[in-house]
Formats: sequence, C-alpha cells, structure tokens
Amino acid sequence: MFQLALARMREFYREPEAVFWVFGFPIVLAFALGLAFRNTGPGELQVGVAPGAGDSALAATLDSSPRLVAAVLDSGTARLRLRTGRIALLVVPGDPLVYRYDSTRTESGLARLEVDDVLQRARGRSDRVAVRDDRVVAPGSRYIDFLIPGLLGMNLLGSGIWGVGFSVVQARQRKLLKRYMATPMRRSHYLLSFILSRLVFLLLEVVALVGFGWLLFGVAVRGSFATLAVLTILGAFAFAGLGLLVASRAKTIEGVSGLMNLVMLPMWILSGTFFSYSRFPDAMIPFVKALPLTALNDSLRAVMIDGAGFLSLGAPVAIVMAWGAVSFAIALKIFRWR
Amino acid sequence: MPAGECFGLLGPNGAGKTTTIEILEGLTPPDSGAVEILGTPWRDGAAGRALRERLGIQLQDTQLTDKLTVTETLTLFRSFYRQSHTVDEVLALVELEEKRRARVVTLSGGQKQRLAVACALVSKPELLFLDEPTTGLDPHSRRQLWEIIRRFRAAGGTVLLTTHYMEEAERLCDRVAIMDHGKVIALGTPRELIATLGAEHVIEFALSDGVPADLADALRALGGVTAVRSGADGGGGGGPGGLALTVTELHRTLPALLTLLQQRGLELSLLTTHHATLDDVFVALTGRQLRDT
Repeated sequence: MFQLALARMREFYREPEAVFWVFGFPIVLAFALGLAFRNTGPGELQVGVAPGAGDSALAATLDSSPRLVAAVLDSGTARLRLRTGRIALLVVPGDPLVYRYDSTRTESGLARLEVDDVLQRARGRSDRVAVRDDRVVAPGSRYIDFLIPGLLGMNLLGSGIWGVGFSVVQARQRKLLKRYMATPMRRSHYLLSFILSRLVFLLLEVVALVGFGWLLFGVAVRGSFATLAVLTILGAFAFAGLGLLVASRAKTIEGVSGLMNLVMLPMWILSGTFFSYSRFPDAMIPFVKALPLTALNDSLRAVMIDGAGFLSLGAPVAIVMAWGAVSFAIALKIFRWR
Repeated sequence: MPAGECFGLLGPNGAGKTTTIEILEGLTPPDSGAVEILGTPWRDGAAGRALRERLGIQLQDTQLTDKLTVTETLTLFRSFYRQSHTVDEVLALVELEEKRRARVVTLSGGQKQRLAVACALVSKPELLFLDEPTTGLDPHSRRQLWEIIRRFRAAGGTVLLTTHYMEEAERLCDRVAIMDHGKVIALGTPRELIATLGAEHVIEFALSDGVPADLADALRALGGVTAVRSGADGGGGGGPGGLALTVTELHRTLPALLTLLQQRGLELSLLTTHHATLDDVFVALTGRQLRDT
C-alpha cells in the first residue's frame, strides 16, 4: 500500500500541470480576489460637477474634502461616467442644486451624504453635537479573511475529486486496474492508497494556501492548528471518498469529467466559497448546509476566523464524516475493477 | 498442462484466446464449467490471493504508468508479492538494465513489452501467462522475448501463451491448441498438427489468365498431391485466382505441375513453395487464413 501511495504521488508531481492546478491556481485566485476586494478604508469617491453658474467654485469646494475628488465635466462625459460608475454622483448647479445618482449603488449613496455634508457646511451649517470618530478594524472581517478558508475548502474538494477520479479512471482505461487485479494486491489497499497519498499532498496544499494568506494579507488562524489539521484531513477523506464514488463506474475520462462537474459545480456555487450562502432563499438553506463543502467551509471559517474549538463543530464535522464514509462504502461496493 | 510445459493458444483475432486465458487467470468468471490452476480452483479472498502469489501474468494491452520509471514500476509490482525477485534480478532477466531510470513513456514498444513481462516475472511465478506477448513487435524485439521465455522455461517454469503467429507457436510451444470462434479445433504438438495435413510441403501458384474450372481435378491426379485449395488469398501472396497444393514430395510434384501447365498452355504469374506450417493447418481446418485477420 505504501508503494502504491508512493506511485500515486510520483505520478502526480511529475505532472506539472496538475501541480499548478492544485497548488498554484488557488493561490493565484486568492491573490487576485484579495487585491480586488482589499479593504482600503472608505477610499476616495469620484464626483462630477455639470457646467453651470459657479461650477468651478463648487468643484473646488468638493475637492477640498479629503474623501472626494471632484471635477467639472461636460454633460456628455458626465452622463457616460455616471452610467459606467466612474463617478458616483453628478452635481448640477442651480437653485435648487440637483444631485444625480443611482440610488442602488452603495458608493453613490455614500457620495450623496458626503457631498451634501461638505456643501451644507461650506454654506455655513454648523454641527449641533460634537462627535468623534473611533475607527476599529475587527480581525477576520475582511473579504480575504472570508475567502481563504473558502478557497481551502474548494481546493480540498477539487484536488480530492480530480486527483482521485482521474487517476482511477485512467488506470481503468489503460487496463492497469485489471493488471493489479491479476496480482495478490488487496483491493482495499488500492483504494486506501489514494487516501494516503491525498493526505501527504493535503499537508502541502494547506500550508501553501494558509501560509500565503498569512504572509500577503495577514490572514491569521485564530483557532488551533491542530483543529485545522483535523478538519482538513476529514475534508480530504470525505472528498477522496466522493472522488472514488464518482470514478467507481466510469470507463472514460470524458465520462468521469462530466460526473465530476455535476458533483462539484453545485458545491462551488452553493457552498459559500466566494460569497455567503445566506444570500440564497431560506428554503434552500437546509439543503445547502447538508453539502459537504458547506459543512467544511463553515467549520474552517469557524476555526480560522472565530477561533472555534473542534468540539463546538459537532454538526458540520458529522456531515463531512458521513459524506466520506458513505461514499467510500458505496464506492467499494460498486467499484468496477476491470 | 504438465509442469514445465509451454502451451500455446493459437488462433486469429476474435477466436476467444484472450477470453480463455483471462478465465484461466481468474479475471473473467466462466459462463459455465470449473477452472483449476495449479490444482486449485479460483476463490475470492485469501485463497485467491495465495494462488496469485504463484502466478505471473501479462495482459494483452495493459499500459503501465507513463510517469514512473522502470525501477519504480517493478518496485511497485514487487510490493504486491510476499516472495519476489529483486528489481536488479528481474531487470537482468529481461535485459532492461540500461533503462532502469527511464520513464515508461520513453520506452520503445519492445522495451515496454519486456517490462510488462518483467512485471509478470517479478513474483518468481511457477506458471506464467502471456497474452500475445509479441503482437505488434519488430522481429528483433520478438526474438528477445522468445529468449526470455526460453530462459524462464529452462529454469523450470511453465508457460501458457496466446499468439496469432504460427511461427511463434512452432518455435516456443511444446503443445498447441488451435482456436476458432471460441472452440478448440485442433490440439497437439506443432509437429503432430502439421502431420495431420498428410504432407510436408505447400506449393502456391497463380496463373496470369485465371484458373480453368477443370484444373483442380487434373492437379489432384498428379503424384504426391494430398490436397488442392483455391485460395481467394493464396497466403504467400498468390492473390485471386491462386491455388495451393499440399504435397508429400516436392521434388516429384513440382516438375509434374510445370509440365501439366505447359501442356495446357497456361502461364504462371507466381510460384512459391514452403514447408507446411501451423498456418496451413489452420487454413485446412477452417478454409481461412490465420495471419491476415
């Protein structure tokens, strides 16, 4: 079994493409998304001023606010920029002043408040109550903090199903499974060797992704590393089982690819990898929560963000383990060895 | 099969050779009947594994893992058996020492096949199953494999092989079963089987203007001719319109044939002779060619 697992691992690391998709891709994804959604505070809001009486004075007033960048734009440009979101709001001089903006855009709402505040103060409005800002940054509240555990879960799913599924079907297609059957090898050893080799790569995957998140974005693991390790091992076991199940009958790579997508795509979308699954209708939530990736993502987030202990994760851990055990058992039962 | 024998299953593609050998290997369950290997019937579980310890099996079209090296592949197969040759020993058996570090994907067809046989030999088997071990190989690689099989037998091993090369069966096998459409149609030593033709030589010829209808009878009347076949394909390349004669005494029949043709004013477009082979036995039994299927 050890030799089988070793062979599996050699097969894997000698396939540079596979190595990239398992290790490189999630990191690139985390990097890109982390950059796109980085929290740089409220940031500066772009606003435009339409031509009219006192337009440049108006623009200068607005521009003096640290949170606004304002410029006088001709009406064509202004319309275009407003539509494409390059400016959040357009001020049209006159009496009354007109604020033109799209009220469904969060940025525009912020710009409306800020612009009005700056202009009213400039015209002599005084504040009745003294206020002081106290900005806090809660650890774990950034998008990247949400994303890294999700990517970790997704990666465990992908490498489990791809890694196991493809190589099983390939061995079957190449008649290698049949050849192994002609030796005294135990069948369970063959299946277990996949899990063993998955565990080794799992370690590397987790270290790579968590290390990357920590180094570049300061995503800390607030729970214990031991809990994280146990969770990822359970996750890898569950997904390797699922991968074996997917590959248990398929005869061709094309056939198994379709099945893999059928299994993985719903989970990518539903299981809260990139956005919280609470956005789905309430009626769907119980189903979504029963998916192994949802359960794993929830537990990973609980450990990494909230520092939850293993024992507090009973339900999701049970779901992950049940998926793994059931699919492994079914796979063993219906596996096509020839 | 007695121990130490080399037994050949010979037949065209689709004759049922692979199915037969896989039933014997315990990989395909038989529709009916019982199989015993080394005096043991196939059983699931530990008994089956114990039996597998004693067998060496090469399957017809296993593609070994491309990314592993020769040594790694053999180490893997070795790990399945309780008792086995070392990698170096088995590499020496199949003369692949130079390729020990090469990945499987870089090997030639003959080398891959020798590696496949090495995977079968690594378990120090008592009985070696080879399913078309030389199909698709060049003559040199084929002779190398024959040599490997001979050495295995010299060390006391028993071999069951399938082939559709009659030459291979004649050279390697003590006994041959000729198969067609899933049935054994002849069984014996290659010499015995050829002897059933009643003659040792085959003359094949073709005429430039086709064969007249009454010629066959005239040919049968020639001395020493035991059979006349009109081969749609004369095997030796006679082409349509060719005839094949099985003859006991080539040196008497051939001049008589030439005289006959000359008398009737027929012109030869082709004439070949050869010693009768298992191929001729197969043609005599089925009316079809063995090779060109």
